[in-house]
Amino acid sequence: MAGLELTSVKKSFGGVAIIHGIDLSIRSGEFIVFVGPSGCGKSTLLRLIAGLETTLEGNIRIGERDVTTADPGDRGVAMVFQTYALYPHMSVRENMGFGLRMNGVDKDDIRKRVDRAADILHLDRLLERKPSELSGGQRQRVAIGRAIVREPEVFLFDEPLSNLDAELRVRMRLEIANLHKRLGATMIYVTHDQIEAMTLADRIVVLKDGLIEQVGSPIELYDDPDNAFVAGFIGSPRMNFLDAKVVAVEGDHTTVSLVDFDDIHVRLELERPLAVGSAARLGIRPEHFDASAEIALTVPIEVIENLGGIAYAYARTEDGNPLIIDIKGDRNVVEGKDFTARFDAARAYLFDPETGLRLR
Amino acid sequence: MTDRQKQRLLHRSIVTLAWIIGLLMFFPIFWMILTAFKTEQQAISTPPLLFFEPSFDNFLLIQERTDYTKHALNSIITSFGGTALAMIIAIPAACAMAFKPSHLTRDVLLWMLSTKMLPAVGVLMPIYLICQKFGLLDSRFALVFIYAMINLPIIMMILFNYFRDIPKEILEASRMDGASTFAEITQVVMPLARGGIAATAFLSIVLCWNEAFWSIVLTSSDAGTLVALVASFSSPEGLFWAKLSAVSTLACAPIMIFGWFVQKQLVQGMTFGAVK
Repeated sequence: MAGLELTSVKKSFGGVAIIHGIDLSIRSGEFIVFVGPSGCGKSTLLRLIAGLETTLEGNIRIGERDVTTADPGDRGVAMVFQTYALYPHMSVRENMGFGLRMNGVDKDDIRKRVDRAADILHLDRLLERKPSELSGGQRQRVAIGRAIVREPEVFLFDEPLSNLDAELRVRMRLEIANLHKRLGATMIYVTHDQIEAMTLADRIVVLKDGLIEQVGSPIELYDDPDNAFVAGFIGSPRMNFLDAKVVAVEGDHTTVSLVDFDDIHVRLELERPLAVGSAARLGIRPEHFDASAEIALTVPIEVIENLGGIAYAYARTEDGNPLIIDIKGDRNVVEGKDFTARFDAARAYLFDPETGLRLR
Repeated sequence: MTDRQKQRLLHRSIVTLAWIIGLLMFFPIFWMILTAFKTEQQAISTPPLLFFEPSFDNFLLIQERTDYTKHALNSIITSFGGTALAMIIAIPAACAMAFKPSHLTRDVLLWMLSTKMLPAVGVLMPIYLICQKFGLLDSRFALVFIYAMINLPIIMMILFNYFRDIPKEILEASRMDGASTFAEITQVVMPLARGGIAATAFLSIVLCWNEAFWSIVLTSSDAGTLVALVASFSSPEGLFWAKLSAVSTLACAPIMIFGWFVQKQLVQGMTFGAVK
């Protein structure tokens, strides 16, 4: 078990910069999740840590060792691939023991360690089978087992559940969470699925265009996003953004008017006052609309998605901006009719429309 | 006639046509084998004889007049040796090109293949002189080396295509597992492409076995292959069809029998990419 330290890590492919200089410190035993839209560089960053891509600039340290130029096999990391990447010609036992064999561990020791990992992952009865005789979930477990037997300092997971069906994904997610508790190892997990990120992570690293947008615990990112990108990316359905204009400033309080809703004013508490007349964007999460709140927005409802316990209404403002409202299962909301959604100013966030940065 | 009947008729006509073409193509081989068991008179009789009393005289005569065993051994050594040498070079090279491609990989492959477009006679002088200089005329070693070199481009091309079918992640997994490049090739790539490698090796052996130009030009009594033996029967005393047929049958037989035994592997190799 060891922590991990990335210092100004950069990577480009054929002159196109993919990772622009990443600094990140991961504590020993932490479960870190990299999330971001496709092409944000999350998988590349994982592969740089694995050693499958060469780091052009910067340093990668695992524990006390600088592994920037070390071979993948010498870094003390093990990786679970999205496609499982099992050796098709080897049995489950051989697959799991291959890494140990390559590292010159003696046969008895390999057998013991494979048996122990198989026991943890309930693979005992499948050890003599070939990967082609296993189901998707079993294959993924073998891939995880292959990582466990090596007793690595850091586990790397590259979207390990995205090839599984929904039900199995939930089960494997729990298994991975349990595994982390049981082994207490440092784990880095790449996903584009924010539910996986929210449920598994000690800390989430949100990436966009090869840069870190924000690092923090799932709840920190949800409650206190640094910018509009993180605010929109974390939370499902995504946060609503409404154009706003500063109309008055009194001490700590800034009042903005919503451009799409002429006469509606929202009074927010900000540490740094804004100039009157400047533009802003107001963010409000769908689940933060509440029938008993003070500020009311009336919008025509286009579509209602009723999931039983929860229901989302999809509306559009006069200027055509989308608005998603969690109507808390209210059966009285009807498609095609106007609906008044209410929220409290304390639940709203303000962002700079140019830079996307949070205005606090 | 219904559509179904029409379709059945079409299907049958195609099958019949295929059989006719197949039999036509096989006929010369069949006739060669038949002629091998005739006397010289029977071989040239008109009309041609289909039924006759077979005789083994031609085969006995060949063994008496020449050393069939030695030529067969030469063929085996040069074909298998040349193939082995080519595979030893081609497997790591094709691995490098399949798994670590650069923007020049395509061009390199094309360049390699382009050497096959050069007529062999174009390099006859330099190769002959080199062999002469190093005392390699009529030597099996020279033939092994030349066979390996002339088949290398094709072997590379085929192996490259087989290797490219191996998912990249499997190799990355082996690197994560700490496998050296050698272990990666021998423990992961080669077992995975076993069928493809076997099919490629077999093709190379057949190409070497049937190679005529260099074996006739560079060898005589010591390193002569079966092909050279056949050629030696066709010249000095005029054409003796029965004997020529017998020696040709003897030259083809080993490789055909070998092919029969490895056909299972071969079919597996040919469908390797399709079923992954």
